[in-house]
Amino acid sequence: MLFPWNNNTDSRNHAKSRLKLIIAHDRASINPDMMEAMREEILDVVARYVEVDREEMQFSLSNDQRMTSLTANLPIRQIKRIGDLQEQLKENKSINLQKIEVVEFDQEAETNAKSK
Amino acid sequence: MSRIIVVTSGKGGVGKTTTTSNLGAALAKQNRSVALIDADFGLRNLDLLLGLEERVVYTAIDVLAGECRLAQALVKDKRLKGLVLLPAAQNRNKESVNPEQMKKIATALAKGYDYILIDCPAGIELGFRNAISAANEALIVTTPEVAAVRDADRVIGLLEAEGVNKISLIVNRVKPLMVEENKMMSVEDVLELLGVPLIGVVPDDEKVIVATNKGEPLVLGEYESVPAQAYSNIARRLEGEKVPFLDLMANQGNLLSRLRRMFGG
Repeated sequence: MLFPWNNNTDSRNHAKSRLKLIIAHDRASINPDMMEAMREEILDVVARYVEVDREEMQFSLSNDQRMTSLTANLPIRQIKRIGDLQEQLKENKSINLQKIEVVEFDQEAETNAKSK
Repeated sequence: MSRIIVVTSGKGGVGKTTTTSNLGAALAKQNRSVALIDADFGLRNLDLLLGLEERVVYTAIDVLAGECRLAQALVKDKRLKGLVLLPAAQNRNKESVNPEQMKKIATALAKGYDYILIDCPAGIELGFRNAISAANEALIVTTPEVAAVRDADRVIGLLEAEGVNKISLIVNRVKPLMVEENKMMSVEDVLELLGVPLIGVVPDDEKVIVATNKGEPLVLGEYESVPAQAYSNIARRLEGEKVPFLDLMANQGNLLSRLRRMFGG
């Protein structure tokens, strides 16, 4: 850059990135409180199965053309063992016990598929 | 079949009325019959930009009240055969018309004209809903500014929800030099954000103000200025012609800006 006073004028990209964010929010018409509530709920569900690194996770709405998408980046510390899971699920009465079997079945199917 | 097109933007002051008057004149110049409807009840201005304000006798409200026939309320443009204006009432507010009534008027006009262009008021309330009620296409006017682009996006969402799916974008008041210096969003930036097809780019130009002062659409000027050409091109694209977009940088060659560009400013 030859003229340093031209350096501080990239308001174009500033405008663009601000708009990207605000438009994504407008399109999804989700207010910050709702977004936070949704984040907590999703995390609760995910935390039953895996241990998530809450500090490193990212949660955002983004848009591309006329599609808005929710992106959640949840780094996993550890995957829970099925025994722990069953106990946890038994404690939580709001969860249908049938779902445990589904989980077990899926995992078995997966290991079977891998061994083949 | 005639086309009913609403010109809208959400935000006020981005050039809806200027666009409507120029596109109407450009289409009429291309031998199309065009009826312009001013849907901005209480704040009508389309008559003023067209220079027809002194010839307004009846308005859309009078037609709806049965005080005159539709044909009587239409103001014919003497400069252009085939261009007429249906004025809005100035002494009423937007609540004096409802979407059903607007639809009735536009559909009735559609029988006699190739194009019905509806100049939409700013905002997204009743006036907006009135203006879009009859439309099967929309032209979104925006400028490369954050507020205008955000509002445009909102309006596009509302139009899609109403089933108006043929939506094209006009980016108005582009300043090519500012874009080059990264001080203004480019047309491509706006397109990327809004995600609707582009139909026109109009540069920011003093001639637009001069033309409105005179009540004469730019496209009627004696020699064709750049913005006039931009409007004519939009009219041709509406007709289905493939017209390349203007190179707005071509006219921006004063010495200072060239030097600045040369030295990586």
